[in-house]
Amino acid sequence: MATFFGEVLSVYSRAVEEDEDDVEDENEEDQQIRREMELKREVHVEWCSEITQSVMNSSEKTLQCSDFVIAVGCNAAGFLSAYVLNSGDWTAVGSVSLWNERSSGSSRQSGVPSQGEPSCVFYRQRDCPSVLICLCTCYVAEDQLFQWTEKVFGYIQRRGLSVMVLSDRSMAEYKTPDSLFSSGVPFLRALKSSLYGSQILCPLLEQPNIVTGLQAAVLSHCQVHRIPAVLYQCYSDVISADSVTMETYKPALTCLRKLVKLKTCPSTEILKKLVRVNEVQSNLYT
Amino acid sequence: MFVPNENSSLSFKDFTFIMPAVSVGNVGQLATDLIISTLNMPQVGYFHTDCLIPMAGNNPFATSGDDSAELCTAAEVYSLPDLKLAVLQIRTPIIQAKYRQFRKLITSWIKTSGFARTILLSSSHAYQRDDQQIHSTPLRYLLSPAMQRVVGDKLQELEWKEMERVAVFPGISDIEKRLYIPGGGITKGFYTDCCSEDLPLAVVLIFCSEGDNIPDAFSLVNHLNNWLHLVDKPSNASAQWRAPCSWRLLFGSGIPPALF
Repeated sequence: MATFFGEVLSVYSRAVEEDEDDVEDENEEDQQIRREMELKREVHVEWCSEITQSVMNSSEKTLQCSDFVIAVGCNAAGFLSAYVLNSGDWTAVGSVSLWNERSSGSSRQSGVPSQGEPSCVFYRQRDCPSVLICLCTCYVAEDQLFQWTEKVFGYIQRRGLSVMVLSDRSMAEYKTPDSLFSSGVPFLRALKSSLYGSQILCPLLEQPNIVTGLQAAVLSHCQVHRIPAVLYQCYSDVISADSVTMETYKPALTCLRKLVKLKTCPSTEILKKLVRVNEVQSNLYT
Repeated sequence: MFVPNENSSLSFKDFTFIMPAVSVGNVGQLATDLIISTLNMPQVGYFHTDCLIPMAGNNPFATSGDDSAELCTAAEVYSLPDLKLAVLQIRTPIIQAKYRQFRKLITSWIKTSGFARTILLSSSHAYQRDDQQIHSTPLRYLLSPAMQRVVGDKLQELEWKEMERVAVFPGISDIEKRLYIPGGGITKGFYTDCCSEDLPLAVVLIFCSEGDNIPDAFSLVNHLNNWLHLVDKPSNASAQWRAPCSWRLLFGSGIPPALF
């Protein structure tokens, strides 16, 4: 779509592309292919034996958890790794594996993936097992989001649960009546489910802005199932992981501090280490 | 799956049910927005399903700062018992492979809720009209046999135009005709389902092209209002509809002042 000033915006067509008749007229072979695709795109959640054991032993066959913190995107995940996972004995206790066009690499892993590789891993502390952290850096496709929430939340006890989501978004997706250049980038915006009672540490997301992706799926799930949840979304003008964007999540620490012991502010050095130096060899001038 | 809000003991018995088809220019959805916003309809529940792409945002119908912090999701149900009216708003596309499943979900919910009649607001590609459709008004309707029994000649009296069947092989043979709603999303399938399950359904649609489709939404909702009288219409003027706050910034953010 071209705007008033001629710049081209990537607005995806709202027209309904394919005619529904095509879906109606499918034969047995088409159905077979469709079933196989569905099977291939299924979301798998795996837990370590310790978790499986405690789930088996619990009366409701679910994992006891008071706080579930989910980081979506490389900056949110980087922030949690630097500030939370860096202190205390956090261990990976489970992971989500899935396949889609954009993250074929994250299918069926065993063990913790190497740093920088797209993944979706759960962490827990031995001496404070009621807090569960999920770092999700892999792309979850639109048709897999609902399944992701149903499967993951299916393992977790709903009673007494509180959810916090941190996520990254591109600045280009933020709408404001003022010019985007006048707002200090990066910045945080929040969304909360109706049962979330605690204080919100940044402005709420203004209309007509919306969120999509895993963060939207988690919030919708929590709203419908009456779980208190809050989302802190960071709008940044840098696409890749960077330390300035990671530091924007700092206000969210106030909530986290009540839950887990945190090392006093880690130095910027740690954050920088998490930011992979973007492939220098791909630079035309080096 | 329909999930009602905690405190509401809901009954939709004999209600009129209005829903949009996710179709060209999102006209049905925009018209639905106008109905909910103008009638100030309270939200009574969610449609939580894997057929829709998830989304979340703050209250799209907020009128002041106080009611803005209410989370909205991909599909929600609004209801006004005084008018015996329930409206489903759908805010995201239906996942391509799950069209059929979604239609099934809606038809079975219509049956269990006991709605007296269902109205589907839809749109179709203007550029695909044939010669007979290109004349006169762009607004059309379709009635399922069960709805025909309820409504009778009412719509003919209003001089509404029924959606024409088009030739399967145009220019070659005009004998074989079919219902063709390009860009209408679930419209045709849903209509066929309602016909075969004997559900009273009226499809009200407009031919349009993609772009700023707000004028199309006003045309569609004014047209519907001539039949249902949802909003009072002053003589010699069209009904006063209220656009929700979520319609702002249609053309993106503000412009940097340094540009000038």
